[in-house]
Amino acid sequence: MTVTHDHTHAEHRQSFITRWIFSQDHKVIGIQYLMTSLLMAAIGGFLSMLIRMQLGFPTWNFYWAQWLFPGGFADFKMKPDFYPAVVTMHGTIMVFFVLTTALSGGFGNFLIPLTIGARDMAFPFLNMMSYWLYPPAIVILLISFLVTGGAAAAGWTAYPPLSALRNAVPGSLWGQTLWLVSLALLIVGFLFGSLNYITTVFNLRARGMTMSRLPLVTWAQFLTAILMLLSFPVLFAAVIMLLFDRHLGTSFFIPSGLVVGSQLVTHQGGNPILWQHLFWFLGHPEVYVLILPPMGIVSEILSNNSRKPIFGYTFMVGSLSAITFLSFLVWGHHMFTSGMHPLVGTAFMVTTLLIAVPSAIKVFNWLATLWRAQIRFTSAMLFAIGFVSLFVTGGLTGVFLASPAVDIYFQDTFFVVAHFHFVMASAALFGLFAGTYHWFPKMFGRMMNERLGKIHFWLTFVGIYATFYPMHFAGTAGMMRRIFSTTQYEFLRGLAGMNMFISVAAFGLGIAQLIFAYNFINSWIRGPKADRNPWKSNTLEWQTESPPPHGNWGAHEPTVHRWPYDYSVPGATDDFIPQTVPAVPAVSGAAVDESDGKPT
Amino acid sequence: MTPTTAPTLERKRPGPPGGPAGPGWDRGFGQPDRDRDGDAHRVPLARIAVWLVVATVTLLFAAFTSTYLARRMEPDWQTLQMPGILWLNTAVLAVSSFLLEWSRREGLKQQLPRLRAGLIIATVLGVVFLAGQILAWRQLAATGIFLASSPHSSFFYLLTGAHGVHILGGLIALFYAVGKTRTTGSVEAVFEPAATFWHFLGVLWLYLLVLLFWI
Ligand code: HEM
Ligand SMILES: [Cu+2]
Repeated sequence: MTVTHDHTHAEHRQSFITRWIFSQDHKVIGIQYLMTSLLMAAIGGFLSMLIRMQLGFPTWNFYWAQWLFPGGFADFKMKPDFYPAVVTMHGTIMVFFVLTTALSGGFGNFLIPLTIGARDMAFPFLNMMSYWLYPPAIVILLISFLVTGGAAAAGWTAYPPLSALRNAVPGSLWGQTLWLVSLALLIVGFLFGSLNYITTVFNLRARGMTMSRLPLVTWAQFLTAILMLLSFPVLFAAVIMLLFDRHLGTSFFIPSGLVVGSQLVTHQGGNPILWQHLFWFLGHPEVYVLILPPMGIVSEILSNNSRKPIFGYTFMVGSLSAITFLSFLVWGHHMFTSGMHPLVGTAFMVTTLLIAVPSAIKVFNWLATLWRAQIRFTSAMLFAIGFVSLFVTGGLTGVFLASPAVDIYFQDTFFVVAHFHFVMASAALFGLFAGTYHWFPKMFGRMMNERLGKIHFWLTFVGIYATFYPMHFAGTAGMMRRIFSTTQYEFLRGLAGMNMFISVAAFGLGIAQLIFAYNFINSWIRGPKADRNPWKSNTLEWQTESPPPHGNWGAHEPTVHRWPYDYSVPGATDDFIPQTVPAVPAVSGAAVDESDGKPT
Repeated sequence: MTPTTAPTLERKRPGPPGGPAGPGWDRGFGQPDRDRDGDAHRVPLARIAVWLVVATVTLLFAAFTSTYLARRMEPDWQTLQMPGILWLNTAVLAVSSFLLEWSRREGLKQQLPRLRAGLIIATVLGVVFLAGQILAWRQLAATGIFLASSPHSSFFYLLTGAHGVHILGGLIALFYAVGKTRTTGSVEAVFEPAATFWHFLGVLWLYLLVLLFWI
């Protein structure tokens, strides 16, 4: 690999610290976000193993777990109040500290400037700040396992009064406070990030990169940033008010007449439903924050590995935008059982069903892209196809839940757990894996092992269906969402066997992720060197070195001449034509990019 | 350089919609016309950013507002008397905003000393506003009305506090702009966004007054 010299950017000599730790380079920040998120995924995944251990084998003794969490176990069995804390932390970590940070923080940072032909983000310093609010938030969140009362236990949705009264549950004593502070920090980081992304896409596109030539992965990041910018401040407001209720004696969310521990609560007049509205006004857009970036990633990978233009580019952009807009209008579908007026419930049902339309458009377009293609089954491609499968499976149950009459039965059962683990958790995770296998060569300059990648895919794909599919049945049979044990009620006993099966499948799923971890680390250290464009892709990031130098483009920023999906153009010599190739000699493929973007 | 793999073209659809140029439905919207490798952006970055900040802060206060409107429906609601000093504070903030606009116009006419004078006075008035708000808090507290005294007092402290924090941010931007007037002749890049944010905070304050005491 030759070292490129930056003529335009002053050759500032960077120390190790400014280069790798307090870096303002979007690529380094993106990788920092990604690596930290993967670390958090390990923690969140471990917590889910504890959940499955408890639900699958509630009568066993777990010696090692008691040694690990002395406060959470007694007589080698999990304490009932530790279980909700584990569930809460699992959900919080996975949603906010893994998927949001990896997909938006990681891939957004890495890909936005590279795919639009910019040298960096609009505000590199703000970008660095955005990342550096994340580790403190993690530390504050994780410390809560050690404080008196343990970690927050009111669910990732933190409904008051459980989360508002400090003596309501042990986790509400200090854990909930730390949870709120940690989230507040993270939100500020997200806002810095989205501000940066939007400004960058608006203003730093390379010459010729019009909005209608923007790769879908970048469109998705752009719209996600808008979503975050407009929804996270609402959660921030709610967090502040909840902190006030907890520590300063106000009563925004705490109703009159509560009795805790046979003592009348002094707060009065508040309304806990208000929190639900505020939370879900963020919460629903947030689930799309997690799914839009994978949609973009998958669109890119499907087109590239089908060697065909993406089907219906304009509709893809349109449906992404429609989803972004509609996702602000559906939050009430999480509150059908909150006593809302049936008319309001019906209105939310309609908007919720409407959002299924653009979602379905996307699925049809992906399938049409695959139709009669000569598919190249890379690991990334497998995960992208798996994403479509998971998204459809989970989306279908969403349509059931959208109907208030049905949802009143299913609310807070494992059916909902199955729904969102397919459509959000697993699908977004598949987007994350697909993106990692695809862009790893660009990030680290080395190839990942494809054979291990495929094994990883098949184990994960089967593992996910085996784990989450039966949960539909458990939910239909009435198993409550956050129940601590199947031994608690007579009618749940019959589900003990199914839960054992789910747990075994989940353990297998968890172990399969070690293959990914090994492949990631091993390939990073000694994977084969990647050349510029191993996937023969059209987008700009593949036209520079792997990994790209500081400043991304050497001496000259690229000029864009075409859209990103010129695959298998009739008459062209190559089956791909990079975006930097001028329109006129359209017949010659990669040969032309010698003239552009590559300093010699 | 790359070995050409001949694609089997027969089975492929004809070219992409719209040809190699892409769909082109944006008619070249935002076709970036800045110089290659130059920093001459069509719209200064900070101007885009400040409007995004305005959007975020608006949503923050929209969330407070919806909670406020719902909360005041509860039976325990009682509206406070508006502390008189708020009139004065409002006037100070309004003058500050007008002065800022005046100095911007003088700046456009290249009257740099006037620009500087207006900017500095506007900034000082901003500090006075913040001091006045703290005074309002202390007056209220002196009459025994604290954060947790009543739902309306909770919102009063919360909303004025949240507004005050943003005023602090606006002041930092203004101070920064003042600093820039000393070192460079052209201040637009800093001045304009800071002024936009400041006017927004002025409007936000009027809105909060109406919300808290007139509806
Ligand atoms: C086809 C479109 C979809 C529809 C109609 C739909 C509908 C619903 C409904 C009605 C609920 C409430 C269930 C209940 O709590 O009783 C729900 C829950 C949920 N949905 Fe969806 N959904 C759709 C797609 C998605 C997507 C794409 C995601 C994420 C990427 C998602 C994530 C979630 C989550 C996380 C929950 C549970 C939240 C919680 O209670 O913790 N859904 N969905
Ligand atoms: Cu939702």
